[in-house]
Amino acid sequence: MSEENEVITGIEVPIFLKYNFTAGASPTRFLARVKEGVLTGQRCPKCKQVYVPPRGACAGCGVPTEEEVELADKGTVQSFTIVSIPIPGNPIEPPFVVANLVPDGANISFIHLMSECDNADVHIGQRVQAVWKPEEEWDYAMDNIKYFKPIDEPDVPIEKIGKLPVTGLEG
Amino acid sequence: MANLAAVVGIGQTSYTTKRNDVSIAGLVREAAVNALNDADLTWDDIDAVILGKAPDMFEGIIMPEIYLTDALGCNGKPMLRVHTAGSVGGSTALVAASHVQSGTFKRVLTVSFEKQSESNAMWALSNPQPFSTHLNAGAGGYFAPIIREYIRRSGAPDDVGIKVAVKDRQHGARNPLAHLQLPEITMEEVSESFMLWDPIRYLESCPSSDGACAMVIANEELADRSSKPPAWIRGVAMRSEPTMYAGREEVNPQAGRDCAADVYKQAGISDPRKDLDVAEVYVPFSWYEPMWLENLGFAPEGEGWKLTMEGATSLLDGGDIPWNPSGGVLSSNPIGASGMIRFAEAARQVRNDAGEHQVPDAKLALGHAYGGGAQFFAMWVVGAEKA
Repeated sequence: MSEENEVITGIEVPIFLKYNFTAGASPTRFLARVKEGVLTGQRCPKCKQVYVPPRGACAGCGVPTEEEVELADKGTVQSFTIVSIPIPGNPIEPPFVVANLVPDGANISFIHLMSECDNADVHIGQRVQAVWKPEEEWDYAMDNIKYFKPIDEPDVPIEKIGKLPVTGLEG
Repeated sequence: MANLAAVVGIGQTSYTTKRNDVSIAGLVREAAVNALNDADLTWDDIDAVILGKAPDMFEGIIMPEIYLTDALGCNGKPMLRVHTAGSVGGSTALVAASHVQSGTFKRVLTVSFEKQSESNAMWALSNPQPFSTHLNAGAGGYFAPIIREYIRRSGAPDDVGIKVAVKDRQHGARNPLAHLQLPEITMEEVSESFMLWDPIRYLESCPSSDGACAMVIANEELADRSSKPPAWIRGVAMRSEPTMYAGREEVNPQAGRDCAADVYKQAGISDPRKDLDVAEVYVPFSWYEPMWLENLGFAPEGEGWKLTMEGATSLLDGGDIPWNPSGGVLSSNPIGASGMIRFAEAARQVRNDAGEHQVPDAKLALGHAYGGGAQFFAMWVVGAEKA
């Protein structure tokens, strides 16, 4: 074989897969309540910490969680990042703030978008509240909340972040 | 009590953005052959093969270990694939070592790889989840808030991450295998590079690399007869913890502290900064150097950044405890191999075989890897002497 072949370095092979998510008891309950515009968590019977979204067990203690707890749609910024690259499949334009937020009444954060704010002013301990989509668009999804926006409440002291009752700072 | 085992051969590919000249099989074969040559052995001398790589979605090849059995000479031999996310290169080496330490096999080949150019690892990590909003922005998006919390609680100055980014690239420029070759890099250049995931800048992040790493691990009897100096395995440890639980210490994970304490105890290390001569530690984003300096007990909590700023971790500054003289993950990141490269580079140091990035007179070295949401840890300590 004397002929020189061009080196083949890239044949595009796309793979598309669709998955079905079986939510299980706890996430089913959580998603059903989110569809009604309410955030809920579950309390660990051992360490008493409240999980959101509840996955049916406390990963710290390794025990099932059953007690449902209604949470506020107000919360606190535990930490955050300002992302300057687009996310494939998400129309949001960078730069955008992705925050680790703890809703009042819970003891663990989830990530969500922050908006209606100056990115440079976002800070740890800042108070925020959910801005919901119109009720007719609600589904089994955390996207029922469009984003969280800052509210005019004093910052939460570092040692109290993730430890507020459902009634918030005043509670 | 485990039997003694040692690294008797090390093989790496060079690391680069795209290895268009080889298939995945060719890539792992190259590292494996380099390791056999280094050990002065042939395929017939290998009893079993332990392979590791990160998630299959990174290349889109499901169960690549099946397709790689022939390239790695596994016909008729046991072969096993390990998976622990980003720490997999480290845990694969430990699984291989355990097969020798237990006496199951006399001599084992271990290989790990990633060919990031074949797909998009960053977004393969960022699937939408049904109970969460879809804002996952790769590993950087996950680790940036944790780094921000470290900066807040330690009060570290802003330029610590910049200094690590420069230091590891200066180290990498001494390692001809390193992907990034940036000998002239400056603090200013890093500082002005694009802010990807605030507070992580572009030049404070690891590259996306293709590459593979391999080692031959042998029992004491065979290692005593090896042609080059063995790197004796003096301690091995793995720990894991859940990604998320209420009150989890994300900045300074308990699993990392426990893993370090375990491996130090086995190796007789009481003061890691003093007792170890060099460390190869998994630092994919620059701020993880000061964070792991604390997690691994090289500095008290809140003070890891001071070692970095003093130049203690810099080979070029003559620091007392060089970290990542090979250039580290910040200079080369074939993800599935990155942990094994740390383990192999630690072994190269104590074999006095690290070329231009050799730490003078290194006798005891730490290899470290972490993965997932900083929840899987793998570590070993290797030495020039048996004990």
